[in-house]
Amino acid sequence: MIILVVLIVIWEIWVQFGDIPKWQLPAPSAIAQEIVASWSLLLHHAYITLQEIVAGFFVALIFGLLLATAVTHSKILERAILPIIVSSQTIPIIAIAPLLLIWVGYGLASKIIVVVLISFYPIAVNTIDGLKAINTDMVAMMRSLGASRWQIFTKLQIPTSLPYMFSGIKVGISISVIGAVIGEWVGASGGLGYLIKYSQPLFLTSRVFAAIFVLSIMGVALFALAGLVERLMLPWYYAEKRAKSASQ
Amino acid sequence: MVEVNQLSKSFSTEEGERKVLDNITFRVNTGEFVSVIGPSGCGKSTLLHIIAGIDEADGGEIKINGDANSPKLGHIGYMQQKDLLLPWRTVLDNVILGLELKGVAKLEARQKAIEHIETFGLKGFENQYPFVLSGGMRQRASFLRSVLLHQEVMLLDEPFGALDALTRHQMQEWLMNLWRTLGNTIILVTHDTDEALLLSDKIYVMSARPAKIVMSLEVDLPRPRTHATVTEPEFAKLKAKLLAQLHEK
Repeated sequence: MIILVVLIVIWEIWVQFGDIPKWQLPAPSAIAQEIVASWSLLLHHAYITLQEIVAGFFVALIFGLLLATAVTHSKILERAILPIIVSSQTIPIIAIAPLLLIWVGYGLASKIIVVVLISFYPIAVNTIDGLKAINTDMVAMMRSLGASRWQIFTKLQIPTSLPYMFSGIKVGISISVIGAVIGEWVGASGGLGYLIKYSQPLFLTSRVFAAIFVLSIMGVALFALAGLVERLMLPWYYAEKRAKSASQ
Repeated sequence: MVEVNQLSKSFSTEEGERKVLDNITFRVNTGEFVSVIGPSGCGKSTLLHIIAGIDEADGGEIKINGDANSPKLGHIGYMQQKDLLLPWRTVLDNVILGLELKGVAKLEARQKAIEHIETFGLKGFENQYPFVLSGGMRQRASFLRSVLLHQEVMLLDEPFGALDALTRHQMQEWLMNLWRTLGNTIILVTHDTDEALLLSDKIYVMSARPAKIVMSLEVDLPRPRTHATVTEPEFAKLKAKLLAQLHEK
């Protein structure tokens, strides 16, 4: 936090006394002024981007969890699907995004799809690890108590996987911000990515910075929200972690 | 009554078939406390897995009260060295797990469990997560989880193996008292001769792999026993017999 403040102060002094033109690098104070001046514009575009992120993230979450469940429950599915999923991640998303425009148009759908494509992967991969992390002694214990396969899945496998799943969710929600911006960059009529793209050729550099600032605030807030949900859902996990670090 | 008849079991390993259990036959009467003792890695845990229904034998049968086809999973208590409490459940919700799996409503199950909380030395810890508990308390919670299912036969796989010596002694006496009130049939697997002699009515000695029953020893020491029993001459005589068998090459 202190480092951040120091960096901003250095930036401000450097721009003020270094005679750097505003279109090249605006001072933090100029960016702040810009944020205030175009607040309603930023808000309008931020709302569009947020919609894409939220919709895309939830689709990615459902898709990622279903995929993880399918893959861990069937060896055949694991061998059939997993290699395709993994190799699909080597294709740059920026190369697919223009195709999506051709297929589904300039509306929200193409951006939502980009968000899904980019954020389902960490969710699925981490959840797969979590579902596989069950202890065989625990399974033996559950079976000796008469548990069915379904009960072992719901009462042992799912709770075991939750901390892993949340790691995936936190990565997924962060990069879904990137996904939305890429989607807008390629072709859109609104959103913060669109705003950046169209402010840049006009040398509205402080507006570009203002949009970046709002984007990063959005990313941080979404990450914090995911962390909060995690803490509420896994009180045992945090209580144990706290106790362990206190005893060390 | 539990009858184990000519049980055999092999595992396939990289070096080929490895025979673990070779024609194991023994019998445990209803309400009896029996120990199975043998060297480490002789297949004692495999034997319990098969009796509990978690694993299948290659040959032989297990009769519960004369019935070779009686259901085992969910009907035979099985406790391991690790307490295996679920870290995301409170102590109370851990002990009701078995009841919950059988479809008993949570509230009803919790009420049943609370009646036993004091006997199991868990009072005041009902709503804590397991990591707060000591090793002995965790084992008692794990016991309660089995006991609440009213399973007539209980299999104990070195349940006190991970505890320190003093806690182990306390837990052994506690188990003797519990068994006296419950009256169920217990098969304990251990490699601790004192533990086997102190707790059991009868001890079966298993050989190294492939495991056979090489000795059966009646422990006719009077009950109730305490830790003072360990120092009596009768105890020492039985222990000498047991050790001679275990160290025979």
